[in-house]
Amino acid sequence: MPFSSFFIFTLRVILVSNILWALPPWEYPRARAEEARLIITGSSTMAPLVSEIGKRFETLHPGNRVDVQTGGSSRGIADAVTGLADIGMASRALKPQEAHLFGSVIAYDGITIILHRDNPVTNLTDAQIRDIYTGTITNWKTVGGNDAPTTVVNKAEGRSTLELFLQYFNLKNRDIHAHVVIGDNEQGIKTVAGNPHAIGYVSIGTAQYDATHGVPIILLPLRNIPATIESVRTGTFPLSRPLTLVTKSTPAGLSKTFIDFARSSQVHDLILKQYFVPLQE
Amino acid sequence: MISSSSNISSHSKSDALLAWSLRLLALMAGGLLLLVVAFLLHESWPALQRIGLSRFVTDPGWYPTEDAYRLTAMVWGTLWATVGSVLLATPLGILSALFCHFYAPPLLSRWYRRMVELLAGIPSVVFGFWGLVVLVPMIGRWHPPGPSLLAGILILTLMILPTIMLVAHASIAQVPVAYIHSATALGLTRWSLIWHVILPTSQVGLFTSVLLGSARALGETMAVLMVCGNVVQLPSHLFDPIRTLTANIALEMAYALGNHRAALFMSGLFLMGLVVLVVCMAEGLRHRNIYVATR
Repeated sequence: MPFSSFFIFTLRVILVSNILWALPPWEYPRARAEEARLIITGSSTMAPLVSEIGKRFETLHPGNRVDVQTGGSSRGIADAVTGLADIGMASRALKPQEAHLFGSVIAYDGITIILHRDNPVTNLTDAQIRDIYTGTITNWKTVGGNDAPTTVVNKAEGRSTLELFLQYFNLKNRDIHAHVVIGDNEQGIKTVAGNPHAIGYVSIGTAQYDATHGVPIILLPLRNIPATIESVRTGTFPLSRPLTLVTKSTPAGLSKTFIDFARSSQVHDLILKQYFVPLQE
Repeated sequence: MISSSSNISSHSKSDALLAWSLRLLALMAGGLLLLVVAFLLHESWPALQRIGLSRFVTDPGWYPTEDAYRLTAMVWGTLWATVGSVLLATPLGILSALFCHFYAPPLLSRWYRRMVELLAGIPSVVFGFWGLVVLVPMIGRWHPPGPSLLAGILILTLMILPTIMLVAHASIAQVPVAYIHSATALGLTRWSLIWHVILPTSQVGLFTSVLLGSARALGETMAVLMVCGNVVQLPSHLFDPIRTLTANIALEMAYALGNHRAALFMSGLFLMGLVVLVVCMAEGLRHRNIYVATR
């Protein structure tokens, strides 16, 4: 499943991004009178999820169109402010200076550091993780493990997981000294599961599922907070972020219907399919 | 070559219809390639305009989100993986074709060929998956980290071996029986028959088999993506991870925007250039060798 679905997903994203390819703001599709159209712009992390939710919304509410365009969280917020978009997508919490906007969290994105089960190391400080990824620490002995070289697993450019990881550890991708670069989460887990000296980071949902289903990996706590779906959901896990739909004021009309739908349990399967954490169990 | 336009006496309507529909189909087959190249050029045009061709070889590295787009390490990665696997698979493929045709008992030969045909039919993801969970950990125990140029070469060898073996076998089977009879009548041993008669007369087919194998190795994506490690660097030895041009596209296309996306189409264009280069080289080599053989 993982690789074929990765491929289909890739294809779909390529197709979608071809259609939605970087329109300048003045060419935004204008709502026509006969059908209600919801324009959503912003974070490229959220765009695949929101367009899936949009497709399901369209089938449940015939006569409505949901247009999803990417351009980054800042564009999402800017478009929500200027009214170019009905809803903006931001893959972060709203900043204090954005308090006049209305944010609705639809899911969480959390990533966790994973090691092989046979690795005696069970806890790393942020500084140690940083040193391992930049190549300052190259042997597990230095952090209390076996005398074995570290294998650093990094993500390919453009992935939201990489972006969140770099942002948290305050790194640039060119600082990272990687031995393996992977595409999707499952590939990362297979790589770590097959190498007792590997260290990697993947979406928390996938890692927790695999770890409880016999895959030989362990999830490291971060700043002594255990890496679990619950700690991501409560916002205590440091390496996580809320996926937020932003509106200029309290949502009303079609926007409200859509946001309520995106927060409901009707879209849980879609959220899980994108390796995000849904709001409630 | 015999031209059919002058020696066909009938000018019936069905002949003309056939001729025109064949022309149309041929045009479509050729036009498809041109369309693909035109599409690649169109999509990578923004990169050529905003980044410029020279920066794809002079930038400090491949960090598309930090505005650096050097592709050379990936060109070398593709070349090393292809050359390595072709060097391994060519002798293996041709020798097993010879074994199959001249040494194996008929029953074994038939089953052996079936097995190789089956090997040719295994999808590349399956090879990649096997490589990721079996081969890579094995190499990792021997010489960490595991995902490496070597793993890529071994997987590609497995994948192109059946292509080379089956095409080589077919071209060996086309050597006229009279040659073999004459050679046997002259008292040649089996090995000198192969070395002096079979290989020289079937060498065009053998070159084709290697060419087809190389093209498959150049274009393979999923299996190399899973076993090669995908680190953008010039490998200093066999155990270093590499990234190929194809893996680069598959890894990053899903989330690429703007210049990054155009740069990925540029990788596609570079790959296309490599394939053209290989085909040209093979053509040149082939003509020279035919000349030597018939002299």
